[in-house]
Amino acid sequence: MIKQWIKSGNPWIWMTAGAVSVSLLMVVGVLGLVTIKGLVYFWPNDVVEISYQTQTSGQQKLVGEIYDEELVPTTRIREAGSEIETDEEFVTRYLLKTGNRDVNGADFRWVLADKFIDRNKPQELVVIERREWGNLYGRLQAVKQDGNIVAEGDQAWQFFQQSIARVVGIYKQIRDLEKGDIGAINYGLEELRLEERRLELEGVSTAEASASVEKDRQALKSEYAVLEKQLAELYTKMQRDSYVMEVMDGKQVEQSVSKVVRAFQPNDMSLVEKLGHYGEKLWEFVSDDPREANTEGGIFPTIFGTILMVMIMSVLVTPMGVIAAVYLREYAKQGPLTRTIRIAVNNLAGVPSIVYGVFGLGFFVYFLGGSIDELFFPEALPAPTFGTGGIMWASLTLALMTLPVVIVSTEEGLSRVPRAIREGSMALGATKAETLWRTVLPMSSPAMMTGLILAVARAAGEVAPLMLVGVVKLAPSMPLDMNAPFLHLERKFMHLGFHIYDVGFQSPNIEAARPLVYATALLLVLVIIVLNLAAITIRNHLREKYRSLEH
Amino acid sequence: MNTDSGMTHGINFEHLQRERTRLNIDSEEIALTVKDLDLFYGNSQALKNISIKIPRNRVTAFIGPSGCGKSTLLRCFNRMNDLIDSVRTEGSIELHGQNIFDKSVNVADLRRRVGMVFQKPNPFPKSIYENVAYGLRIQGIKNRRVLDEAVEKAIKGAALWDEVKDRLHESAMGMSGGQQQRLVIARSIAIEPEVLLLDEPASALDPISTLKIEELIYELKSDYTIVIVTHNMQQAARVSDYTAFMYMGDLVEFADTNTIFTNPHMKQTEDYITGRYG
Repeated sequence: MIKQWIKSGNPWIWMTAGAVSVSLLMVVGVLGLVTIKGLVYFWPNDVVEISYQTQTSGQQKLVGEIYDEELVPTTRIREAGSEIETDEEFVTRYLLKTGNRDVNGADFRWVLADKFIDRNKPQELVVIERREWGNLYGRLQAVKQDGNIVAEGDQAWQFFQQSIARVVGIYKQIRDLEKGDIGAINYGLEELRLEERRLELEGVSTAEASASVEKDRQALKSEYAVLEKQLAELYTKMQRDSYVMEVMDGKQVEQSVSKVVRAFQPNDMSLVEKLGHYGEKLWEFVSDDPREANTEGGIFPTIFGTILMVMIMSVLVTPMGVIAAVYLREYAKQGPLTRTIRIAVNNLAGVPSIVYGVFGLGFFVYFLGGSIDELFFPEALPAPTFGTGGIMWASLTLALMTLPVVIVSTEEGLSRVPRAIREGSMALGATKAETLWRTVLPMSSPAMMTGLILAVARAAGEVAPLMLVGVVKLAPSMPLDMNAPFLHLERKFMHLGFHIYDVGFQSPNIEAARPLVYATALLLVLVIIVLNLAAITIRNHLREKYRSLEH
Repeated sequence: MNTDSGMTHGINFEHLQRERTRLNIDSEEIALTVKDLDLFYGNSQALKNISIKIPRNRVTAFIGPSGCGKSTLLRCFNRMNDLIDSVRTEGSIELHGQNIFDKSVNVADLRRRVGMVFQKPNPFPKSIYENVAYGLRIQGIKNRRVLDEAVEKAIKGAALWDEVKDRLHESAMGMSGGQQQRLVIARSIAIEPEVLLLDEPASALDPISTLKIEELIYELKSDYTIVIVTHNMQQAARVSDYTAFMYMGDLVEFADTNTIFTNPHMKQTEDYITGRYG
């Protein structure tokens, strides 16, 4: 019986199918975990108020969001010095996000379920997201204008929301002014400084030239003075309102509204309101700049940096790879030498990425970048222009890393173009180059796209080499902006992959940032999927177009 | 096949036969002259001291068993063998008095003058129009009107116009095998070569498509010198004016088709034609 079953090949089918299932399960598991953990982050959790029995000061009121729950051995709690009256071997404890870092010193706190005296969710509890010091939890008491109370009690909430809306509007104006107009002026001033230095270095600094530079500088400075005045006005306007909160243990806190991003009462929100809030947070996440050492706010610069880097890489790697493959396959005499080169190229794909990072740092950044600086940007020295990590060098390093994939798949594509097609073209009087250009290359373009897809998939997720050649935790300005020449290849940039590492493991508030790690990871996966889908669509289109000789 | 009426798919064979009786190689104008041609693949010799004269505006067929070198000889005429690294040729082939192996000859130009159609239809994965315009575009012709006219003329010349005139800009890959082969012929005649080489043009096609190709060959004869390689002796007998029989790299016999098929001088030829081997 068993023998026959084995002979029938069924176990083989089960085994192979099992392997597929396990792989599928792992993929679904990874994506599922990242998706769920990442998306939950934006949901407005209920805020609980707990009457808590403490060791020393008797009863205490705690306010916060329950973040996590775990079972710990009772003995461990006892050893840590807590008295606990239970016979159970394990006790439950909660991780409570109490916020109010500026008041209490810490965002999170472990509390034992056994010591809860009372636990409820009062509707009036308010969560305030701030630009500094994290969330504030408590009860809103009053809103003040220029130090005078304008609303108290129930009315306060409405006034508070109006005040926040006003402040957010002013904040946006300030940011536009700082990043846009003042940014442009600073850029202009820097350009002028470099211009002056250049003239000096070249020894052609005449009184006339420096007068002209000086004139431009004065113009910019007077422009700046106007803007600065505007800015100061805006800042004063923003400081007008303040609010009074009663926090956790009955303490009264008065703070300026200017630091508030938004305030909400999660316990009082309907499902629709919560969904609205969720969407708002999600949008903020993908479209805004990070705040508070990257642990709050959005991650737009990182998405932008990742995509821009991948695109620059694609633009660099495709021509290089295709040209190399064309030579190897079409022109080079096939022999031991080409075979050796091919083996070498294949092996390059297996070199650990950090090695490319080291190479990029040594060759591109220090050697090439250093030389470029000396030759073309001596006026900026000792501050490096290209002689330091930047998006250009990062893209080039990754292009080098992914080059083998493009070469190998392009070669494959070239070898798949039937001999008959080449001969057909030659027989019509086309030279080899014309045949390549008009027939062979278009026909192998789907294979080139396959190479590019693999390259993008590898490059978009790569972090290690980037840390050496241009990724930073927080880039002051994006590599693409409104100041000519718009694309600044020498600038450092932010990257999703590095962001995950930075937020998750290097941030001052790891506990708060952990969900952000999942959300960022989810976004990284999404970005890679979108980039790949785009490339795959193009490839399928090309495939359809150049489907050949298979009838 | 109804041979009694003397008409098969449009070709009047009786007329053809009568026409053929007047053929005499010595009175023909010669397009290609092969002199003492030897060809080697590495160390093995594929063509042995071939000398042959291909007459102008006639159909010349090469017949012989597989591997006898007839395709190789055909591919010498437009130097297609240059594409194979290990091939070495000696001797000369003259196209209207000029040796095509001469250093001064531009291979691309030669191939413009000597067109070729292969065994398997090999249209480019482009539209029908672009396939036919390919050779013209290579020559740098960009004028839309000139291209349109040339394409139409070539497709009409290949007796394909009525079938494709409404879908010129659709992919050539969607055509039937026979249509594709006629498209390839249209592509070749679009650049108006002097000689047209056909390497078993109908061997991958069904009988109806084969007949259409044969009709086409008959019609193209007035404008082009045609050299056809075929395995199919009936086909050679039907379409050609002159026939060369090759065997093991040797040119055994070359004469007008009537002579070869009715009264061959050589025993080998007779054996092959009567099906005793090959």
